[in-house]
Amino acid sequence: MSSDIRARFRVERQRFTLDIDLALPGAGVTALFGPSGSGKTTCLRAIAGLERAAGGYLAIGENVWQDATRGHFLPTHRRPIGYVFQEASLFSHLSVRANMEFGQKRAAPAVPRFSLPEIAEMLAISGLLDRHPEQLSGGERQRVAIARALLGAPQILLMDEPLAALDLKRKLEILPYLERLRGELSLPIIYVSHAPDEVARLADHLVLLDAGKVVASGSLNSVLARIDLPAVFADDAGVVIATRIAAHEAHQLTRLEFPGGAIFVSRHQQPPGTPIRCRIHARDVSLALHPPQHSSILNSVAAQVVDLAPTATPGHLLIKLDVAGTPLLARITQRSAENLGIRPGLALHAQIKAVALLA
Amino acid sequence: MDSADLNALWLTLKLASIVTALLLLIGTPIAWWLARTQSAWKGAVGAIVALPLVLPPTVLGFYLLLAMGPHGPLGRFTEWLGIGLLPFTFPGLVIASVFYSLPFVVQPIQNAFEAIGERPLEVAATLRASPWDTFWSVAVPLARPGFLSGAILGFAHTVGEFGIVLMIGGNIPDKTRVVSVLIYDHVEAMEYPQAHWLSGGMVIFSFVVLLALYTFNPARRREG
Amino acid sequence: MKRLGYLLLALFALPSADAGEVQVAVAANFTGPMQVLATLFERDSGHQLKLSYGATGKFYAQIKNGAPFEVLLAADDQTPARLLAEGSGVAGSNFIYAIGKLVLWSSDPQRVDGSGEILKKDGFRHVAIANPKTAPYGRAAIETMSKMGVAERLAPRLVQGENIAQTHQFIATGAAELGFVAYSQVIKNGRIGAGSGWLIPPHFYSPIRQEALLLARGKNNAAASELLAYLKSAKAQAVIESFGYALP
Repeated sequence: MSSDIRARFRVERQRFTLDIDLALPGAGVTALFGPSGSGKTTCLRAIAGLERAAGGYLAIGENVWQDATRGHFLPTHRRPIGYVFQEASLFSHLSVRANMEFGQKRAAPAVPRFSLPEIAEMLAISGLLDRHPEQLSGGERQRVAIARALLGAPQILLMDEPLAALDLKRKLEILPYLERLRGELSLPIIYVSHAPDEVARLADHLVLLDAGKVVASGSLNSVLARIDLPAVFADDAGVVIATRIAAHEAHQLTRLEFPGGAIFVSRHQQPPGTPIRCRIHARDVSLALHPPQHSSILNSVAAQVVDLAPTATPGHLLIKLDVAGTPLLARITQRSAENLGIRPGLALHAQIKAVALLA
Repeated sequence: MDSADLNALWLTLKLASIVTALLLLIGTPIAWWLARTQSAWKGAVGAIVALPLVLPPTVLGFYLLLAMGPHGPLGRFTEWLGIGLLPFTFPGLVIASVFYSLPFVVQPIQNAFEAIGERPLEVAATLRASPWDTFWSVAVPLARPGFLSGAILGFAHTVGEFGIVLMIGGNIPDKTRVVSVLIYDHVEAMEYPQAHWLSGGMVIFSFVVLLALYTFNPARRREG
Repeated sequence: MKRLGYLLLALFALPSADAGEVQVAVAANFTGPMQVLATLFERDSGHQLKLSYGATGKFYAQIKNGAPFEVLLAADDQTPARLLAEGSGVAGSNFIYAIGKLVLWSSDPQRVDGSGEILKKDGFRHVAIANPKTAPYGRAAIETMSKMGVAERLAPRLVQGENIAQTHQFIATGAAELGFVAYSQVIKNGRIGAGSGWLIPPHFYSPIRQEALLLARGKNNAAASELLAYLKSAKAQAVIESFGYALP
């Protein structure tokens, strides 16, 4: 199931043309990220066969779903997909259970599937099975929609901003379930979003779209750490690092470890061993040539300069660092860069002023 | 009420039931097509279906009489089939009523289909339901209120129709003399008591039908 | 052309200062002659006629329920008699303004012979008549068939129009091969126009006497009385005869 996904579409709309050629990993969460109108949803719908793309090609591993050169087009209902729409779109004439069984009944019999109780348990909707959709909260409805999509034994799960229609509270209620999906199912997920926090938290692979074109595509950090692009996330450039809780220490601190070193954060509730993603903004990273000895800044890691590039703000530079294999971005003034003699290959110390925990 | 009145009542109910069943059969695909198509013909077909709403029934009846007569296209066709001519027969009445009540069945169903929107059908497709499967397991159940309205309106309208029956029925007892025509006869012949009986019955019947329509047709469920 | 000329005249004629107005209910079968008569009358008298055409039975119900008609030109003589008996008409004002003639007619020029022998043979599926319960021409048709001894044989083939206009449509469209209609419906230039027909001799059925009546509402309307008098004039009677009616 971990075979690659190849997608090539050209969809022309009145005011917009989607023109993409993508190779995506056949496992993990791939986020399609971009501003609204960039073609994320159209791309997802094309993968589902809901948009008919002229001259398109789509293969999931060995299976070619669509190939214009051979006039081949598998209609949506013959594609083993799970699709979660922005609004839950449950069938209002069916109970929660019947909604979930709708796809299960129609799934190809040979495909191994999850049982309904298992999925219901995983998404904590076991108690809602006999209710009707209008008796559910927005978050519950969306969880049922996810369960329904999974029970259809999909080979790939497509999610179109599944949290966008929910308020922050409901969003926080669902995110852990999505993380569980990522962790527990060996199922490629393509996740459309324009919310940086969701992408930072969930994505393994990131595709940046703008005006119908692919701007960048690669593993989450390789894309986030690219300094030749405008800041991926509108708020600021930065990277996401995958850490694990190593220990809870004195002074109300928790130590997180990652391949390049360790960082301290305020005391966390989760037990040691729990994986946690952290987001580190470039503006929160400063550089020093020697290990800082008289500083209030707690976190300092050894790093090597990989590259540097100007930012949109005049007089500022974006420095790409390598921390034993983990990329890190720092934003400093041009003057500091000259003072320190920053150049590719230079070994130095990165001081991390703030860490955003994504959990 | 004498036996002629009872016969007319029975005939009327038989006519309305058969016509309603046929209308659901014919009207559903038309309504589906009208609700979903982007064809340039949509406007024309919709207008043709709606014609009986604006045409005086006698006009429609006159044209049907012409069409079904020995010189009309329909008449030639039925003679060619060897089933004779349709005017003054019960099947002829059924066909005319189907034409006349068509918009009353098509429009509520079409509106209900349109109200469903694209999304539930797309959802069904992503859950491996074929278009045919989707139609029966999603579109029809969701459009249930429209079907109910259409069936009740089609039935009631057929019971109440008069002009067309008059034009092509020929007022033959047990074959084409339905209640509305009989009431007219009674009034014309100044047999007011009988007319009152039947008219009162029609009023009560219509009221019960509409009451059922408004009572059993629940407000549309909120989109899930 | 002559009728058109009259209509144009009426259009341009200015009503005189003492012009009256009369609301008239006219039997549907008398529509053709009444249009001509009205034009003539309005021109000669300066009065205005408000004409309603329809079924006599319907007019009866409307008059009993306060319709503002002042003169009734009925399709029969029973309705005026009933209105008189019930006090809705002016005593002594009723008279026969026309006598209807019945014709056996088909739109097929070959079908109906000059003596109605066709009714004794086969070769047709439907005979159209007006509803005998409500229309005098329907009653006359039944009487004719009885007199010819074919009533029982033809009973299963009868189809009824609600009035003679509709009966005429059944036959004209060919839906019924033949049927009994009013001579006034098929007359053209003094004889049967299209198709074929048999003008049934008067002794086959009791006369279809069409009576006029001054209604209670028109009692004090001089124009109404003038109209009734006008219908008895030689000029008016010539028009009525030309439309295929007999006179008393």
